[in-house]
Amino acid sequence: MDSHTLSLFVRSIFVDNMIFAFFLGMCSYLAVSKNVKTAIGLGIAVTFVLVVTLPVNYLLQIYVLDPLGIGYLSFILFIAVIAAITQLVEMVVERFSPSLYASLGIFLPLIAVNCAIMGASLFMQQRIGLGDSDPKAITGIADAISYALGSGIGWMLSIVGLAAIREKMAYSNVPAPLRGLGITFITVGLMAMAFMCFSGLKI
Amino acid sequence: MSQLFSKKDKEALFTPIGKNNPVTVQVLGICSALAVTSKLEPAIVMGLSVTIITAFSNLVISFIRKTIPNRIRIIVQLVVVAALVTVVSEVLKAFAYDVSVQLSVYVGLIITNCILMGRLEAYAMSNGPWPSFLDGIGNGLGYAKILIIVAFFRELLGSGTLLGFKVVPDSFYAAGYANNGLMLMPPMALIILACLIWYQRAKHKDLQEK
Repeated sequence: MDSHTLSLFVRSIFVDNMIFAFFLGMCSYLAVSKNVKTAIGLGIAVTFVLVVTLPVNYLLQIYVLDPLGIGYLSFILFIAVIAAITQLVEMVVERFSPSLYASLGIFLPLIAVNCAIMGASLFMQQRIGLGDSDPKAITGIADAISYALGSGIGWMLSIVGLAAIREKMAYSNVPAPLRGLGITFITVGLMAMAFMCFSGLKI
Repeated sequence: MSQLFSKKDKEALFTPIGKNNPVTVQVLGICSALAVTSKLEPAIVMGLSVTIITAFSNLVISFIRKTIPNRIRIIVQLVVVAALVTVVSEVLKAFAYDVSVQLSVYVGLIITNCILMGRLEAYAMSNGPWPSFLDGIGNGLGYAKILIIVAFFRELLGSGTLLGFKVVPDSFYAAGYANNGLMLMPPMALIILACLIWYQRAKHKDLQEK
């Protein structure tokens, strides 16, 4: 593993964090972050789907879409791959770990419409065109996997962090109109500000 | 007019713009609502694109709702939405290239915008084409409204302009006023949205959570 691949991994966790820098995957992020245990389960599922779909989409982009010149079909192709793989993951989890399947419930199939997954594929598509010297460039399958893993871990980190804060916040006295959604947004805003200090990081 | 808009149609069109707003009440489509709002122009374009796509995907799905097998409905919905998004994205690239560059991946991410899937599942699968179409327009406009409000404050306070035109007079800067660069950063979008929710819930007490 060369240093570029490693730096891509670290950058995608801290600097280009899916939640705090791009707001991707917000819907399930807000809905499932009430309890740390479920948050960890969803984080692992999202990371897994990312690590499987991103390299597949990368190969499709390089060997199918680009040579045939049908780049405009990428949205349909990517979403089909994501939906199919999510379905597969759902079946595998149901077969081998029924308890995790029960605790994730409706959110497992909803990973298909999680913006973080589609967003990572679209960012990957943009980053293929960047020059080799750019720290964000994705130049090979190893880069694609490391970007997927980093984004997934970054997403998981932020959802587990928010869930932990929300568990504590249940005991505090929040003004009535801000209760629930409002205070959660402010908390995420403050967490995003904290994460902004990573943006100067040179890796 | 009375035949064109029945009472139920009016409800489908207007409640999402006001009281049952998709962003602040149903918590759908937050991702792009926050990411494209550092300037007013992309926010308006994004709001219009989502309105068009929601309306037409609701219409299409509502037409074929009785023939879609229940098990694969998510995939059918995604394909319809993805096709419409592809069309809108190509149109934007052709006629508004600068804006489409600013919106970057967020045009493609309309596919996974929860408003679309949410409305398709909750409304279009069980209602006729015309009310579904209006419901799509209503929800799209409700979404656009929040985007425009957030973008208005972020552009005004962050860069002192509106739609690219300077609105803060030079005398303000001479007197020591400075643009707040933090407004253009991602965290402030979350906090402005929180303030909007705060305002709306203070006004409508029944929306407050326990």
